[in-house]
Amino acid sequence: MTSTTSDQDLFAGQGEEPAEGTVYTAMGGDWDDIVTEQHDRGDERIVVNMGPQHPSTHGVLRLILELDGETVTELRSSIGHLHTGIEKNTEFRTWTQAVAFITRADYVMPLHNELAYVLSVEKLLEIEDQITERTKIIRVMMAEWMRIASHLVALGTGGMELGATTIMTVGFREREKIMDVFEAITGLRMNHAYIRPGGVANDLPDHGLQLLKDTLKSIKKQMPELSKLANANPIVKSRLVGVGHLDLTACMALGVTGPILRAAGYDYDLRKALPYSGYEDYEFDIPVRDEGDSYARFRNRIDEMWESVRIIDQCVARLEETQGQRVMIDDPKIAWPAQLSIGSDGQGNSNEHLKHIMGQSMESLIHHFKLVTEGFRVPPGQAYVPTESAKGELGAHVVSDGGTKPFRVHLRDPSFHHLQALPALSEGGMIADVVVNIATIDPVLGGVDR
Amino acid sequence: MGLEEKLPSGILLTTVEALAGAARSASFWPVTFGLACCSFEMMTMGTPRFDSARWGQEVFRNSPRQADLMIVAGRVSQKMAPIVRQVYDQMAEPKFVLSMGVCASSGGMFNNYAIVQGVDHIVPVDVYVPGCPPRPEMLIDGIFKLRKLKVAKLPIGSHREEVEAENERLALAKPATIEQKGLLR
Amino acid sequence: MSDPSTPKNTPRDDSNGQQPGKDAEETKDKVPSTPPDATPEGGPEERADLEPTPTGPGSAQGPEILAVRDGMFGVKGTPDTSGYGRLRRVIEFPGPSQRPYGSWYDAAIDRIAALMPNAGQVITRVVIDRGDLTLHVAREHLLALVKNLRDDAQLRFEFFSGVSGVHYPTDTGRELHAVYHLGSMTHNRRLRLEVSAPDSDPHIPSVVSVYPGADWHERETFDMFGLIFDGHPHLTRILMPDDWPGHPQRKDYPLGGIDVEYKGARIPSPENRRSYN
Repeated sequence: MTSTTSDQDLFAGQGEEPAEGTVYTAMGGDWDDIVTEQHDRGDERIVVNMGPQHPSTHGVLRLILELDGETVTELRSSIGHLHTGIEKNTEFRTWTQAVAFITRADYVMPLHNELAYVLSVEKLLEIEDQITERTKIIRVMMAEWMRIASHLVALGTGGMELGATTIMTVGFREREKIMDVFEAITGLRMNHAYIRPGGVANDLPDHGLQLLKDTLKSIKKQMPELSKLANANPIVKSRLVGVGHLDLTACMALGVTGPILRAAGYDYDLRKALPYSGYEDYEFDIPVRDEGDSYARFRNRIDEMWESVRIIDQCVARLEETQGQRVMIDDPKIAWPAQLSIGSDGQGNSNEHLKHIMGQSMESLIHHFKLVTEGFRVPPGQAYVPTESAKGELGAHVVSDGGTKPFRVHLRDPSFHHLQALPALSEGGMIADVVVNIATIDPVLGGVDR
Repeated sequence: MGLEEKLPSGILLTTVEALAGAARSASFWPVTFGLACCSFEMMTMGTPRFDSARWGQEVFRNSPRQADLMIVAGRVSQKMAPIVRQVYDQMAEPKFVLSMGVCASSGGMFNNYAIVQGVDHIVPVDVYVPGCPPRPEMLIDGIFKLRKLKVAKLPIGSHREEVEAENERLALAKPATIEQKGLLR
Repeated sequence: MSDPSTPKNTPRDDSNGQQPGKDAEETKDKVPSTPPDATPEGGPEERADLEPTPTGPGSAQGPEILAVRDGMFGVKGTPDTSGYGRLRRVIEFPGPSQRPYGSWYDAAIDRIAALMPNAGQVITRVVIDRGDLTLHVAREHLLALVKNLRDDAQLRFEFFSGVSGVHYPTDTGRELHAVYHLGSMTHNRRLRLEVSAPDSDPHIPSVVSVYPGADWHERETFDMFGLIFDGHPHLTRILMPDDWPGHPQRKDYPLGGIDVEYKGARIPSPENRRSYN
């Protein structure tokens, strides 16, 4: 026989406990022989590994599927292939430097990570009422741009995994406009360490407002192409409708938030329930659907993008009003001192600030030195501010021991939490639906593994 | 070249190696190996604005057996390291590795227990593209340099056997990457 | 439940260290991670109020002293002309709060006391700090408390946000803390529970039976800190490889970085650089 089954675990090493259950081995021989032997055994189960390197697993996610024909009878996910030790790394950097690490956790929505962390730090510092109006408006606007970008990625990569590459090209084309906005304001396309404790790193550039208005106009004109392409498409509908059902009871039992919960019928949005950073002053609705399947989540994400566009419209109007306001708090012992701009030689530098500290003010020089080398100190305690990120509730549990470095930072990432729901969505369905389910949960393995 | 001037016009003289190299670099297909943030810049390289289809690279082969290039895009964690090596081993010759971003090149900002400090500890790297993440233009520049300098000039046949034997002799004598000092000078 | 022991609220440490010597009492800072190799002159004074007493620091009712730090920039004992060597800072966590707590906290805690007759042993400490309610819970009663929090209509904390661990190596006897964040969507409230376990016996009951979403969070806390959640169906490593030794996010686990060589210079790994704490 070229294949055997036994109850003895051949692969257990010395001193290890043998695994339970049947062990199948196949050693060489003709493939047809193996298949007939398996067929004679009468057991049709196959264990398949959808390994970490896979086009459709949204990153390095490993799925171990037990299949019965085409049906998935059991699904287990194995994560940790992207574990970076971000949380431990922040314990060795100052509070402001830690932002550069936190921003790389969930790399599709870096500004949301930063916002969650910075809100917790500001709560510990107790400077929430000193944050200027303009800072709050910029933070809200950047968070909403990030939400649109993240949803475009979710829809685009979801479409690509279905095989509809045009959804991806359209989605990423719109995303490039948002990347331009980010680059103009923060300096980087991705992983901008922009939102810092006390405010934001830089104010809008001179052409910023005009760029924002032009981008909004362009997005409003061309983003509907995505809906026109996919919403009524019969293939999209047949692959998404009724697939990956997660009704409200299941969502509440598993603690799922974000677009998945809102597609299951409950309009819970932290921007309305526990508003932060001035969200209570904006007018926007929360899109909700009843069906709880993948199609509902897909449509809900598109609706959320349009609500975000509405918020950004209001932000741009307010930015016009608050021009000239500081974007960092007034406390020189906490506020990050420099504002970058492009100098006459084309290089970015904080020229104004350098002139000030080298020529005009000794106190500023001292503050700059202390802030950059040592950092500010945060009174002891712990804080957790939940925020509504593009994928669900994102919060940073921050513990301070009174020092210049975080004592402990833990990111409660929505992707990590929601991936636990994947077996509930997929078991009993077909293997092709597993891909759809992952796409609609929209996990980002950087946030899952941190 | 002198000979070409004497031939009637419309005839180009070249070597088989140059022709094979040109064909290889014109359809230089990468394997989907996006790990972290850099994978997004790699994906946007395939999207309309940067459009890698212009030089035949929009097809990201999912199976390593069919791919020529492994762009290690992102941080390689300890758990992922054996899988990187396995995918590299599964690729068919000739294969190239482009280490995208600082995390893949040297561990990047994550100098800690969880990240392999440079994917060149695991696989031999041909091009390093720094950046965190590198803009798609930077990645394109790295790919173009790789194509021009290495892929187009790849020896074939008996040439290749000689070159590979020499490389293997050198590689066996070289100490492991982690023991080499003063690499960044 | 929270006995009004001392009439005054415990002072919070707001000496930012930016103005040394601001405190009335003499403070001498000590960097906790490096062991003192030479005792500075004028040795540590006897401070009766730093010793654990029934109502003193470290007890359930007194301020929670995290550490006493001497010196700054790692300067200790040696010819120190900076003057920073004599700094001493007492790091205090926010202490227990007194009644009335304000807002919805009183009603919630009264309701817990009504549901659980032994509420005094369940909740060891109530801390209200910066607008958040933190309940310190004894680990043996955690599961019962959490069930009541979820099921009772007036409390209805049905949303489980996450568990995370924190390792306080200086908090002897209670080194490993597990922090639970619960939320009530019905009443729009947030709650934090803190459970501690000693290093020698790092067991805490698992809440997976009440909140299925706690599954992976508990696995992660086990993986990173070594906290064993009794009753978890499959407590295995989740982020590190399955055979990894040690628990990485504990404070006694090194960061694991290597020195970076660049153009002839060696920059030490982040954990070996100068610390300003």
